[in-house]
Amino acid sequence: MIQGILGRRAAGAMAAAAVGLTVAVVAVVTGAPAVTAQQHAGEYMQEDIVFGMQVYQDNCVGCHGPDGDLVSGVNLRSGEFPSAQSDRELQMLIAQGIPDTAMPPGDYTSSELTGLVAYLRTMNTFDAGDVAIGDAARGEAIYNGAGDCASCHRIGNEGSRTAPNLSAIARMRTAANLAAALVDPTGSMLPLNRPVRIVTNDGATHSGRRLNEDTYTVQIIDDNERLHSFDKADLREFTILTESTMPSYAETLTDQERADVVAFLLTLRGM
Amino acid sequence: MTGTMRALAAGAALLILLLPFAAATPVAQSGGVTFERLLNAADEPHNWLTYSGTYSSQRHTTLDQITPDNVDQLELQWVFQAQSLQPFQATPIVVDGMMYITEAPNNVLALDAERGRVFWRYEYTPSPDSRPCCGRINRGLAILGNTLFMGTIDAQLLAIDATSGQPIWQTSVAEPAAGYALTLAPLVVKDKVIVSVAGGEYGIRGFVSAYDVETGEEEWRFYTIPGPGDPGHETWQGDDWMTGGASAWLTGSYDPDTDLLYWGIGNPGPDWNPAQRPGDNLYSDSVIALDPDTGELEWYFQFTPNDPYDYDAVQIPVLVDYPAQDGTTLKLMMWGNRNGFFYLLNRENGQFVNGYPFIEVNWAEGLDDNGRPIFTPQPPGTTTYPGVQGGTNWYSPSYSPSTRLFYMSTWQGYGSNFVAEEQEYVEGRVFLGGRPGPMIPGATVPALTRGPINTWTEAAGSGAVIAIDPANGEEQWRFDMTDVTTSGILTTSTDVLFTGNREGYFHALDARDGELLWRQSLGGMIVMGPMSYAIDGQQYVAAAAGNGLFVFALRD
Repeated sequence: MIQGILGRRAAGAMAAAAVGLTVAVVAVVTGAPAVTAQQHAGEYMQEDIVFGMQVYQDNCVGCHGPDGDLVSGVNLRSGEFPSAQSDRELQMLIAQGIPDTAMPPGDYTSSELTGLVAYLRTMNTFDAGDVAIGDAARGEAIYNGAGDCASCHRIGNEGSRTAPNLSAIARMRTAANLAAALVDPTGSMLPLNRPVRIVTNDGATHSGRRLNEDTYTVQIIDDNERLHSFDKADLREFTILTESTMPSYAETLTDQERADVVAFLLTLRGM
Repeated sequence: MTGTMRALAAGAALLILLLPFAAATPVAQSGGVTFERLLNAADEPHNWLTYSGTYSSQRHTTLDQITPDNVDQLELQWVFQAQSLQPFQATPIVVDGMMYITEAPNNVLALDAERGRVFWRYEYTPSPDSRPCCGRINRGLAILGNTLFMGTIDAQLLAIDATSGQPIWQTSVAEPAAGYALTLAPLVVKDKVIVSVAGGEYGIRGFVSAYDVETGEEEWRFYTIPGPGDPGHETWQGDDWMTGGASAWLTGSYDPDTDLLYWGIGNPGPDWNPAQRPGDNLYSDSVIALDPDTGELEWYFQFTPNDPYDYDAVQIPVLVDYPAQDGTTLKLMMWGNRNGFFYLLNRENGQFVNGYPFIEVNWAEGLDDNGRPIFTPQPPGTTTYPGVQGGTNWYSPSYSPSTRLFYMSTWQGYGSNFVAEEQEYVEGRVFLGGRPGPMIPGATVPALTRGPINTWTEAAGSGAVIAIDPANGEEQWRFDMTDVTTSGILTTSTDVLFTGNREGYFHALDARDGELLWRQSLGGMIVMGPMSYAIDGQQYVAAAAGNGLFVFALRD
């Protein structure tokens, strides 16, 4: 029976979904392949490694040192961890700490854990020499300025509700996910964030974002931030579009600027 | 107070007075629900005497008051709200106006089935050692005489007096700290109560076992993984058999003609790393036929050898005497398997008759002449169909002798990206050997349970009730739903099909063509099999949604 772990995982997903809902579900989101843990170096996304390096420098370097070899008997650069063979186990070890040792538990977001593992697994070979290291303060300025992100997205009480809420996006998406979404919003869009178009039998048209759906009804928030609930039997058209309404920033922002925006988004941990 | 009620109340008072002497009256001979009545449960359709209604497990009622023409006149009669935060997975038992249910995890209640009011409630507190993998749930009771039987999540078996709600005996079936649990409704056959253990995610060694209804003493135990020297042991290597899982977490069926018990067996462990347990891993993912008196194995049929996907074969064995074209009657077992194939077996000898995929399947390209799957493993990082929850799962199917169709709840277009990993066994800890990744990385996809929100699309899968013609394996009709479904199915001889879904709807469909006849939003996941009973000529239909049990009947 599969239920075991799945049950707990599902419960976690549910909790995340519930949180997302209060603040208005997930964000830009991406289907980029780095979300799940990988076993081998080379399969980690560069954005995650870079972000992990930053998290490492903020949280780990004090004990483990810049080269990962300051704790006696522990050489992080080996990329091998006998008590945490899989990436999942390594994430749990980092989050929970090791009892009766100096290794404390930490309140890391999933994006931070993904980044830390990606960095630890690759720190022996990774060269940060020519990668764009994001600056969160600059990123916030771009978010509110050239990016014009708040015209669709919301953080806390600021911005529009039409696109997914970003208040806790660092808890939901990894650095690589966010970087990909800025370049290729449509390719990165998860099914749950697809825009919908609805035409009722009396001819009224509504476009917006789907909040919930079942066999007989659908609930949306429209482009004017109004909530609607429909019986499908009353609809002439109900289309789930596959093209994101978010623009690509591949041309309008530089690599450095996008890295800055990602760095800012990764500071958003919710309430 | 009606006459029935007065009689019930008087009976209750009398039995409470007599309780000190109750143990002296043999359970099997004390009147009430005799084994004879269990054998002929189909002859008293106003009652629902076993988990699946009858020993053949067709979950079909011959009560005929509710029809396709009047089902839209159904009206809520009463609601019972369980004091539990766990989903309501039990099927009620109804005996002559009394309803017996469990409230998760292991409280037992007796209700007036006409009004939903409670006569008594027996509270059981499971040991803190219990660690059921997938919720602190229970799927119901068995009854013999005037005694109810319940398995608990801490692997105890209890006998409870049906009139007073007082326990009669308690037997320890297995060690909960090692991951063993009882979540199924027991099955009584003759003078034995039969259970089997959950715990396939903990590296247990599964078994089916039988207990004396009078004393609770174990009468036999059949290990679902053969030990050294036993036939089938050669399908395991080294010590793998000691931690190989093969749990059995759902009630089986019984055929008095063959005098065989049929029981579905769960996945081998660790779940997702078959390389760690080479061999066919008997009797995981099999149906076994046992002598109910001795527990001896008569035959077995394995659906998924060396299973890498957690395709438990714990589905309900549906026993059908099927009229063949040549005028003979085939003694079949119909099986909608989690692995995506629908099987017909000869239940006298276990021989494979036929098998058909009922949803998209890519882990096997088909079945050979013996019913063994022809494996087509998918490359790492790609999607295997069906996904880990299967093309169907434990949700009770139904067979209607009226339409001669087999009905089941299915997950359509749903897959998983399986990852295998080496894992060391540690007693009492989950033993999975990898994980089933989502087919859309980072996306919300169907899983074991859900909240009130659904925002996935058909890209992640959807639910459907399908009707299969056993004569050719073809889908006769399909009723599509947005979300996947975890509900069982009830059919009536008047060709109404009742089912629910995760969206909280309780549906009535036309069993002949799948047309929607009626629906009611109950506001919570339906994770059990609807059932029907009658009192004083009034037919009732019951379905649990969320923590509530909802009972309907036709408007006067």
